Amino acid sequence: MATPVPSPPDPAPPRLELRGICKRFPGVVVNDGVDLAVRAGEIHALLGENGAGKSTLMKIVHGVLAADAGTILWEGRPVRIGSPGEARRLGIGMVFQHFALFESLTVAENVALGLETRETVEALSTRVRAVSDGYGLAIQPDRHVHELSVGERQRVEIIRCLLGAPKLIILDEPTSVLAPNEALALFDVLRRLRDEGCSILYISHKLDEIRRVCDRASVLRGGRLVATVDPRQESARSLARLMIGVEPPDLTERRRTEEDGVGPLLEVAGLDLDRDDPRGTDLRDVSLAVRGGEILGLAGVAGNGQNALMRALSGERRVSRPDTIRIGGTAAGLLGPRARRDLGLAVVPEERLGQGAVPDLTLADNALLSAYRHGGLVRRGLVRHGRARHFAGRVMETFNVIARGHGAEARSLSGGNLQKFIIGREILQQPRVLVAAHPTWGVDAGSAAAIHQALVDLRDQGAAILVISQDLDELYTLSDRIAVIASGRVSESRPTHTVTAEDIGVLMGGLFDDGKVAQAGGGPAHVA
Amino acid sequence: MEGLDGLVALLVAMIRAATPLTLAAVGELVAEKSGVLNLGVEGMMLVGAVAAFATAVATGSLALALLVALLAGMTMALIFGTLTLGLMSNQVATGLALTIVGVGLSAFIGKDFIGIPISGLGPVHIPGLFELPLVGPVLFAQDPLVYASLALTAAVSWVLYRTRAGLVIRAIGENHDAAHALGYPVLVIRLLCVLFGGAMAGLGGAYLSLAYTPMWVESMTAGRGWIALALVVFATWKPGRVLLGAYLFGGVTIVQLHAQGAGLAVSSHILSMLPYLATIVVLVLISRDRARIRLNAPSCIGKPFKAVR
Repeated sequence: MATPVPSPPDPAPPRLELRGICKRFPGVVVNDGVDLAVRAGEIHALLGENGAGKSTLMKIVHGVLAADAGTILWEGRPVRIGSPGEARRLGIGMVFQHFALFESLTVAENVALGLETRETVEALSTRVRAVSDGYGLAIQPDRHVHELSVGERQRVEIIRCLLGAPKLIILDEPTSVLAPNEALALFDVLRRLRDEGCSILYISHKLDEIRRVCDRASVLRGGRLVATVDPRQESARSLARLMIGVEPPDLTERRRTEEDGVGPLLEVAGLDLDRDDPRGTDLRDVSLAVRGGEILGLAGVAGNGQNALMRALSGERRVSRPDTIRIGGTAAGLLGPRARRDLGLAVVPEERLGQGAVPDLTLADNALLSAYRHGGLVRRGLVRHGRARHFAGRVMETFNVIARGHGAEARSLSGGNLQKFIIGREILQQPRVLVAAHPTWGVDAGSAAAIHQALVDLRDQGAAILVISQDLDELYTLSDRIAVIASGRVSESRPTHTVTAEDIGVLMGGLFDDGKVAQAGGGPAHVA
Repeated sequence: MEGLDGLVALLVAMIRAATPLTLAAVGELVAEKSGVLNLGVEGMMLVGAVAAFATAVATGSLALALLVALLAGMTMALIFGTLTLGLMSNQVATGLALTIVGVGLSAFIGKDFIGIPISGLGPVHIPGLFELPLVGPVLFAQDPLVYASLALTAAVSWVLYRTRAGLVIRAIGENHDAAHALGYPVLVIRLLCVLFGGAMAGLGGAYLSLAYTPMWVESMTAGRGWIALALVVFATWKPGRVLLGAYLFGGVTIVQLHAQGAGLAVSSHILSMLPYLATIVVLVLISRDRARIRLNAPSCIGKPFKAVR
């Protein structure tokens, strides 16, 4: 063809190009010849399940890990990124999933630590204020990080990035900790940055938001790049198929209706609890009831008393009157965690490492910790290791936990896999009452569906389930009724089909006495 | 007039009793702020004390003796740092072992030096200020290490809270994973802080054998290393409060010595206990605020750090 077609040949090289990146850890290949190109001024999603190698790949780009093989090209030139400092000098900034912040330091000090600057903290405070005003990321530079909400902490990370004048920002699952309105505000910031020419690498497994914000999406599966697509041309289902490799599972139909439920198995009446930690929240007059065969969803932005409520329910903190908390009709307010478990309570705590599992113990030992009375794992005070290992193996098999085996230490599992293990451990004990905080936080779509299915099955067997979550989609999928927690108070619960996301936003806003969170604007669409 | 002289003598003695504690505790504070718990302070002090004394006897040079004490303390700290930071050994166990080694080693080196007299570190009168009534003889007629201990405390406070280096140290003690993710060399900085702690403990020991009681006696630190460790915790990791605690300890030490000398009808064992008791009680009282402790305590203290590449 001799006709000069004015095709845009894309003369500029991509901002970041990865060629054949390989990374092995003992026993596993995490990245296997990954090629990836990120253009200037695009929001590029990196999609994949837990353990697909997303975080490892990003750590290589950010200079935290070194690749075993492969090249990195930055604006067309091959580069070696040996440390986060070198990445920063190239113009690569990173917003971590588990924030790299220092709680006892101020915002400005945290920002200073992420920049190579000779500026005084005071001078930096001025610049923090300027960026914070410019992008609508409200933050006060002299506050201590431990006083901030999760959303505010993320703003600190983003501002820290922006002050380094980056050409590429990597965000690792940025919305996993955000309320719907906070996520929307974040998307606005990202679009603005893109329009200013900044490239954004957006790691997530939330398909809806990727379709909403991203220009292109690369899908990783088992350490390999399987496709790069335009997410706006794809459906959530087709993306999930790329990610998982098979058709995504569907939740079985709800079999029970409200009338089937028996009396409340978990009841909280007029619970008042003062904070025992300066960073905590007081609980005020909290009342809720969960019947057998029912899932109650408790929505709310993190840091509004969920943690205190969890600890009061589990028995980590005793309450003043026995009858404020009833489990299966028995007054349990003064009982400890063990006695409550004897009443049929199981708890999936918020914090996986520490509360949910002991990091240095094997999975078999961790299974023993909460399940020792079930299935005869202990006889006359002696541990039956064979049975414990078998039980752990069953949890891993049923819930598809990827690990070296029941002998793997809890800390060696990825967050999502550990979450599956902890939930599985509790569900297999057939509890009458299950309290689960953020059951699928950081868990990929396939596993989240499995966890949801397990919760629904447990409900159908007649258990009472309280799910505390920030993820409204999850609560709509699971709950029979929804209540909202805000500033240590809990709203009346209402049947899920009568509550819209806007209602929940209003409840969150209306319950806040100090108006800290304005009304949550349009949340995700109501999925009935 | 005699009452005033008595008071001056008391205050001077008090400051002298406080100085070795101040030195050792401020050094340990820096190590702990970076996230390393070194329980070997007592051992490092003893090795510093004997090294200083032996050098002073052999060469007659006090300046050289101080330098050797500093290096001896740093050598001990280097052993500790290599084991705990390089080889990931347990910090508590290694620190305890370091103390035991220090006690034995110093006794072994020091056995030829028992009973040898030296002329210790003398007072330096600061012209102009020395003539002031009461304040002059108390504050401005001390030996150089007293001035140095005060200057070092102020310097440590300034560095930790006013400079970038201090910010990095605090950040590493607070969250080493985050600091690593931001590209700071966690282990190198921790090693430097541990070495600083060793140097200060060595100086503290040297003060005992060169200035406080210029002679060598086995185990002459008499638990001051442990008190220094306790001071750091009870002072909620703040240099100013460490100084306060050390001076309180020094004060009660001297007062109870005078009480013993005056023949007070209380068992001398109980009186000897007083400084330890008083320091702990007062510091517990001023550090009751749990929120403050949580804010100042380095969250990563004692936790091993291993960078994955």
